[in-house]
Amino acid sequence: MINPEDQDPLDKGSEKMETTTPSSLSSVAANAAAKKKPGSGALGVGLEARGIHAWFGDKLVLQNISLDFWSGTVTALIGPSGCGKSTFIRTLNRMHEFIPGAAMAGEVLLNGKDIYESGTDVTKIRLKVGMVFQKPNPFPSMTIADNVLAGLKLAQLKVANKDDLLEECLVRAGLWSEVKDRLSAYGGSLSGGQQQRLCIARSLAVRPEVLLMDEPCSALDPGSTLKIEETISELSSSMTIIIVTHNMQQAARVSDYTGFFLSDGGPGELVEVGPTSEIFSRPKDIRTENYVTGRFG
Amino acid sequence: MSTTAPGAKSATSTISTPAKREITTKPRLSDKVFRGVATTGGLSSLVILGLIFVFLAFQGFQVLRSEGLGFITGSNWEVVQDNVGNTNLEASQFGIAAMLIGTVICATIAVIIAVPISVLCALYLTFYAPNFIKRLMVALIDLMAAFPSILFGMWGYFVLMPHAEYWAQLLHKYFGWLPFFKMDVDIFERSPFVAGVVLSTMIIPIITSVSREIFSQTPLDRIQAAYALGSTRWAMIKAVVIPYGRSGVVGGAMLGLGRAMGETVAVYTVLNLVYQINWQVLIGAGGNVASMILLKFGEAGPTETKALMAAGLALFILTLIVNSAANVIVTKTGGKGR
Repeated sequence: MINPEDQDPLDKGSEKMETTTPSSLSSVAANAAAKKKPGSGALGVGLEARGIHAWFGDKLVLQNISLDFWSGTVTALIGPSGCGKSTFIRTLNRMHEFIPGAAMAGEVLLNGKDIYESGTDVTKIRLKVGMVFQKPNPFPSMTIADNVLAGLKLAQLKVANKDDLLEECLVRAGLWSEVKDRLSAYGGSLSGGQQQRLCIARSLAVRPEVLLMDEPCSALDPGSTLKIEETISELSSSMTIIIVTHNMQQAARVSDYTGFFLSDGGPGELVEVGPTSEIFSRPKDIRTENYVTGRFG
Repeated sequence: MSTTAPGAKSATSTISTPAKREITTKPRLSDKVFRGVATTGGLSSLVILGLIFVFLAFQGFQVLRSEGLGFITGSNWEVVQDNVGNTNLEASQFGIAAMLIGTVICATIAVIIAVPISVLCALYLTFYAPNFIKRLMVALIDLMAAFPSILFGMWGYFVLMPHAEYWAQLLHKYFGWLPFFKMDVDIFERSPFVAGVVLSTMIIPIITSVSREIFSQTPLDRIQAAYALGSTRWAMIKAVVIPYGRSGVVGGAMLGLGRAMGETVAVYTVLNLVYQINWQVLIGAGGNVASMILLKFGEAGPTETKALMAAGLALFILTLIVNSAANVIVTKTGGKGR
């Protein structure tokens, strides 16, 4: 049962699937049967989550989430508010541990290595797994140029040609043409949509392998949203992108795979994951179908 | 008349801009009463300040007229009395230049010592300290900010002063080539430096408290943005917290400077008052307006008391100037980074 309004983006989604190299995404055991072997063109697993549990204090908020994220693909995480999507992606670059009382169990493998292993330098993990937040958060005391290059300074990285990197990141984030004449203006002087693209440019400057996006468009107007979606498509060829979104059309438009999270009052669980076209047209779980067709949530 | 088109009049009136209307509202009684109470409370502090100013100006007027500008440029304080014990205003000399300069020197030394310590303390409390240490220290520091100053003075005199003298000797030994660390006379006791050290212990809690407050308000999304870029904690503090908190730290420092300038008893116990301008801060000769007033007040005759009132007025104005300067600095540094 498909909502007519979803028809168009779904078609796009399936077209996209045909043109994209078939690759796959493993899921929780329940969905293991649906698992397809990655195609020859796949770039390999970018990031693997294994049995992730998360707590705030004594409250279990995420239960046994296992997901693979393939390089060169976009994975959308959808689900109603409070189902643990944001908490989940924050476990993927160890931002989860900043919240007082937060705890986790399970493993997150980056290139086969557990990022929670003792003795790991967490700053190196966050360099490889970048993050874009819900609310644009440029550094207001820095200029546009300094904002983009902030990561280099913060992580004490050396780069041969800063101007080239600056231009490259702003071009990839789709902001270059709008700001190239005022790179020394302060970051706060941009509009909300521009600020968010500035934040994307900033996270690209440290060359992450994985980019986590936590509802990056929820505070933006449709025009800016469209630009950011174009940016995501542009970036997805070279990196692993994981995007949390409440906008199902957006999930259908930008993602190759979609995971559906749900909490029935208890901890959040991964109900279903698969190629986006299948999740939106032939979901296996009745709860997924109800959600993507707008019957609840 | 009757031939005028109905629309003509209104058409002409729309061309000319109408006069601006006065926008008013009729307040209710309860609102009027509360407005009165709040206004009274708000103005009372201003009135008290004004009354103090008028009192000091009135009392000190006679001496100020007699001394003229010499009151703040001269450094002699000499009371000449005739045979019957009446003060001869013409022959007496009242000059507080040394005291005014000494006040600024002591307070500046105190702020220079206190600000780095306070900022580090505030950063530690906000970003590094475990919770229980943080809670304990915040309570203690707030308590220290309200400590009676005589306790600092006594502790400074008996405990800190001998150490501070040793530090002064070290400073002179290694930095003696700096003009203000020179020693023309070899007296290290009760110097402006020692007074500054004691004053710094008094203002550290104030500056720490204000700085910690502003650091803890750093927007979380900026802190997370820095961490998400692979920042270390120190780099995050440098890039996010310091720019955000800079104006607050300056404000705290100025608050501390104000307290240091007005401090009386603690300075009185550890500073040797000398009526001569001395820029060499390690020598045991300094000045302080508030301490001088305290020193002279008990034995002063009517005329000298008036001179002390005038000195009070000078301190009042000096504090006002410093605070206004602080406000300017805070507003100028505040815009960036917030």
